[in-house]
Amino acid sequence: MSETIKTDVLIIGAGPIGLFAVFELGLLDIKAHLVDILDKVGGQCAELYPEKPIYDIPGIPLITGHGLTGALMEQIKPFHPTFHLGEMVTALKKTGETAFHVGTDNGKIFECKVVVIAAGGGSFQPKRPPIAGIEPYEEKSVFYAVRKMESFRDKRLMIVGGGDSALDWTLNLQPIAKRLTLVHRRDEFRGAPDSVNKMRALVAAGDMDLVIGQVAALEGDGGQLTAASVKDKAGTHARIEVDAMLPFFGLTMKLGPVADWGLNLHENLIPVDTAAFETSEPGLFAIGDINSYAGKLKLILSGFHEAALMAQKAHRYIYPEKRLVFQYTTSSTSLQKKLGVA
Amino acid sequence: MPKITFIEHDGMKHTVDAEIGTTVMETALRNDVASIVAECGGSCTCATCLVHVDETWSPIVGPPSSEEEDMLDSAFEVKPSSRLSCQIKVTQELDGLIVHTPAYQGR
Repeated sequence: MSETIKTDVLIIGAGPIGLFAVFELGLLDIKAHLVDILDKVGGQCAELYPEKPIYDIPGIPLITGHGLTGALMEQIKPFHPTFHLGEMVTALKKTGETAFHVGTDNGKIFECKVVVIAAGGGSFQPKRPPIAGIEPYEEKSVFYAVRKMESFRDKRLMIVGGGDSALDWTLNLQPIAKRLTLVHRRDEFRGAPDSVNKMRALVAAGDMDLVIGQVAALEGDGGQLTAASVKDKAGTHARIEVDAMLPFFGLTMKLGPVADWGLNLHENLIPVDTAAFETSEPGLFAIGDINSYAGKLKLILSGFHEAALMAQKAHRYIYPEKRLVFQYTTSSTSLQKKLGVA
Repeated sequence: MPKITFIEHDGMKHTVDAEIGTTVMETALRNDVASIVAECGGSCTCATCLVHVDETWSPIVGPPSSEEEDMLDSAFEVKPSSRLSCQIKVTQELDGLIVHTPAYQGR
C-alpha cells in the first residue's frame, strides 16, 4: 500500500547534517521530511560514537555524539520536521523542472521540489557474518532483523552475537522458540548487565543453550538451514540442529541505492559545486560526508556550512517569486519569531 | 624510525617506516596498505582495521583492551592473535613488528 506525501524538501539521512539542514531550511520557511534507515536520528554520531567526545564542533569544546544529536534536535524543534525512521530511500526520479518523486522501501512516495542527500557514509546495514556460504540462506532462514516474532514460533533458533541486539532477541524469542541456542565468540557480553543476567539464568535453568565459539559452517538445502557447526577455541566442532539463524554482527555503512541514481559518483562520493552544494541535477543537493569538491573535509562543521548554503539556493526553487533577504538571527525579529523566541 | 612489516593474505609484503606515537593502522593507511580499511578513522568503532599479529610478536604487542574486545566481536574471522590496528601504538619496542592482514575486512 503506497502513501504519497507532498513536501518542500526531502532530506535523505537524519544524521547531524540532515538535522541541521532542517534548521537552515526552516529559517527560510521551508518544510522538510527526513528519511533514515536507522530507527533513531543522529546517523554516525548516534550509531558509531554516541558516548565518545567530539572536540571540534565550533564553540563547543567538548560534546558527545549523543549530546550533539540531542542539541540539534532541540535546535530544530521550532520547525517541526517529520521523521521517517527505519526506512531506506530506494528510488529517486525527476518528474519536472524542479519536481522529484522519492520512494522508500516501505512503499512511501514523497513529492517534493528539492531533494537533499545527507547520506553520510551510506546507509547502516547489518554486517554479514564471516560464515562461508551464508548467502543462499539469507532472508529464507538467516535473518538480520526480526520483522515478525511469530515467524520464529516452534523453530530451533540460533542467535549469534554478544551485544544488546543478540541478548534482547534471545530474551524475546526464547519463550516461543522450540529451542534457542546463543552463540558468542567469548564468554563476556557487551549488552546490558540485566539482559546478560536474565540470559544466564535461562541457561542455568536449562531453558536455552549458550555455546562459546564461532560459527564455522552451515548445513541446509534450498535456502533452508538444517544445522550449524560451531568451533570453539580449542578447534572442537559442535554440530547444532537449527531451523533459523539470527546473526548480530553490528552495522556497516553501505552506499546502497544512491549509487544507482546517475549522479556521476567519484570514488563513491557525489560531486557538487561549492556555491550551493548542488549536484549536476538542479534541485538535487548533497551535503556532509557524501559529497566531494576541491578541498572537501569530512567534518561535521563543513557539513553545517554546506547546509546553510544549500538552503539559500533551495529557497529559489521553493519560492521562485519571493526575494530572499539575508537576515541574522541576532537582529531579525521575523527569524526570532520563527524560532519562538520573540 | 621503527619498521613494521605487513604481510597480506596473498603473501605480498610491505616493510614500511612507522612514526613513534602513531598507530599501526595510521602507518598502514599512510603507506597504502589496501587491506586495512579503517572505516571509522581509528575510533575503535568499526573493526575494519583488523590484523593478526605474528606469533613472535604477540607477547610484546599484548592483548586487546576490553573496549577492543567488544569491537572484535563484529570483526571477520577473529584469531587469538587478532588486534585492531588502530589500537596498537607504535613504540621503539615494536621495531621489526610483523602483522598479517586479512583477505577481507567485514563490511
